[in-house]
Amino acid sequence: MTSAASSATSTAPNDPAIRRFLRATEVDTRMLGMIGALALIWVGFNVYTQIQTGESLFLTPRNLWNLTVQTSSIAIMATGMVLVIVMRHIDLSVGSIIGFVSTIVGVTQVYLLPNYLGLDNPAIWILSVVIALAIGAAIGALNGALVAYVGIPAFIVTLGAQLFWRGAAWWVMTGQTIAPLDGRFALIGGGPRGSIGATWSWALAAVACVGIVLALYAGRQRRARFRFPQRPVWAEYLIGAVGCFVVLGATAIVNAYPWPERVAADYAQTNHIPVPEGGLFISTGYAIPVLIMLVVGFLMTFLARRTRFGRYVYATGGNPEAAELAGVNTKHITVLVFALMGLLAGVAACIDSARLDSATNALGQFDELYVIAAAVIGGTSLAGGVGTIYGAIIGAFVIQSLQSGMVLLGFDAAFQQMVVGVVLVGAVGIDTFYRRRTAKG
Amino acid sequence: MDANPQTPLVEMKDISLAFGGLKAVDDASIDLFPGEVVGLLGHNGAGKSCLIKVLSGAYKRDSGHIYINGQEATINNPRDAKQYGIETVYQALALADNVDAASNLYLGRELRTRWGTLDDASMEAEARKVMGRLNPNFRRFKEPVIALSGGQRQSVAIARAIHFNARILIMDEPTAALGPAETAQVGELIKQLKAEGIGIFLISHDIHDVFDLADRVTVMKNGQIVGSGRVQDMTKDEVLGMIILGKCPPGAIPGPGAMAS
Repeated sequence: MTSAASSATSTAPNDPAIRRFLRATEVDTRMLGMIGALALIWVGFNVYTQIQTGESLFLTPRNLWNLTVQTSSIAIMATGMVLVIVMRHIDLSVGSIIGFVSTIVGVTQVYLLPNYLGLDNPAIWILSVVIALAIGAAIGALNGALVAYVGIPAFIVTLGAQLFWRGAAWWVMTGQTIAPLDGRFALIGGGPRGSIGATWSWALAAVACVGIVLALYAGRQRRARFRFPQRPVWAEYLIGAVGCFVVLGATAIVNAYPWPERVAADYAQTNHIPVPEGGLFISTGYAIPVLIMLVVGFLMTFLARRTRFGRYVYATGGNPEAAELAGVNTKHITVLVFALMGLLAGVAACIDSARLDSATNALGQFDELYVIAAAVIGGTSLAGGVGTIYGAIIGAFVIQSLQSGMVLLGFDAAFQQMVVGVVLVGAVGIDTFYRRRTAKG
Repeated sequence: MDANPQTPLVEMKDISLAFGGLKAVDDASIDLFPGEVVGLLGHNGAGKSCLIKVLSGAYKRDSGHIYINGQEATINNPRDAKQYGIETVYQALALADNVDAASNLYLGRELRTRWGTLDDASMEAEARKVMGRLNPNFRRFKEPVIALSGGQRQSVAIARAIHFNARILIMDEPTAALGPAETAQVGELIKQLKAEGIGIFLISHDIHDVFDLADRVTVMKNGQIVGSGRVQDMTKDEVLGMIILGKCPPGAIPGPGAMAS
């Protein structure tokens, strides 16, 4: 008896050293798991390309920079989809909203506004973005109103919206493509000129590091004020150090990616800069769509965790009846969540059409599936009530990494889809298993 | 009741509520005085929960009047009811399982900082205070309430009801999901609240519970009031007779649902 008891107590402090570490740092283990999976995918592809082609193609500044740009539009929409799914709804219409909003952007920029403002007026692109966001939000709000007030299931409403707005996009464009768009607008899409360069990237990184330190300090102060348990000091330092390391590392990587030679040479010629031996090295820095993604991620996290609206979204998802009885206007919240989703689809539409520098009615096809997949891989439960914004962004990176890696390896498009499908089902399977085990333990 | 000179805290008069052709509540009247516990008894489907949900704003009545402290009250939704100090502990607990105790406690009435953001720290601090009063063993403030035991969840639900200066508390089967020790705890709590002058409607189909805790009982059958009376004027058998047969004993005042004798 005594030996069993003593062995139990002696293993207790030994065995969960990792658990004690996790408790001290208060890190979400699910997030660690997702980041681990992402790292595995990256390293795996890197090794694979090395074996196949003799050089590492995946973990290069160029590929990682491209990856961030390609992920931004799906990631932005996934942050909204998290809230939709947390509310126990679904939005199948986001891809079609992109298509429709994109056509509106093209038409307003090229056909409508120049008539009133004159060609090359800087107000054109700003107005067209405002119109795009407003239309996106309005379509979302209409979806939400049909779900909340008419009581049609979200699946049906947004399935109908998917068909309707894709058709509307074709009807506006009659199948044509409008290109090129406004030159300033195209910067939203990224590319060498749509990036902020080395100096500004480092400046932003510095601001972010200061922000991390201040946030940790403020959190500690707040806990002290209410006499809540504190994290150990070493854990605070560790979190701060890891956070700053990630920010500075990412900045170093995007700054290590130079402008393509031809673009740089062009730039040198127009600005009369002598081109040195071996070509001009101009750092690309963070691309504008990536910055938009970071800002959206930050704002959405704030909205979800620190505002009454976010609290109501999660409470309604957990128990709609209880939220209603507690005095939450769940219908109003539903409309707002769908409107927010539409707004974010509008943002994604601007990024996508700017990136292609054209407007077409086919833009964003099947995006809804990738967006939902990103949210679900990121830990959002279709049963409602559970999901995080950062998880969805990591989920978007997982999907995009898989696709980008398979493109690098020259996999068939058909095969790519098959892999993404398997990963989606596999990720949710592992997650379900994990949840069941933690629920028991 | 006629002998009581006070104005009743709540008086519901001639309340009717129908779902389609089904009359869930038929011309029911009931009242409640400060510091009093009124047990509302009846079979499943007798209409007791429906009657009380009219008071808590979850259902909208078809006809009838509600008076709070003698003044006619307008109650169309749960928010209106809360304005009058009417709080409810629902049968199904009505907690959002995925958020923590403090968030549930303040759901719909969140504390906010100067900038309009959620003040989670203040809410948690307040939650620690209230729960310290109700259930000193409660420690798990950071976890979603789904991880808590039935009794702990019940104390969160009750804390939510009394924290906001409730004057009228409705408890719909408060002990249905609980074990014996936890049931005793809820009983203690009801006595404590009563001493503070709060009026309590206790809905139950457990007649023993009601006899232990209530001052008066009102019995419903088929949506109608069979009768009501003071606990000391009736026996448990007589009350059972009211519930099952609708037979009003001499110690009670008969209502419209009483069997013609």
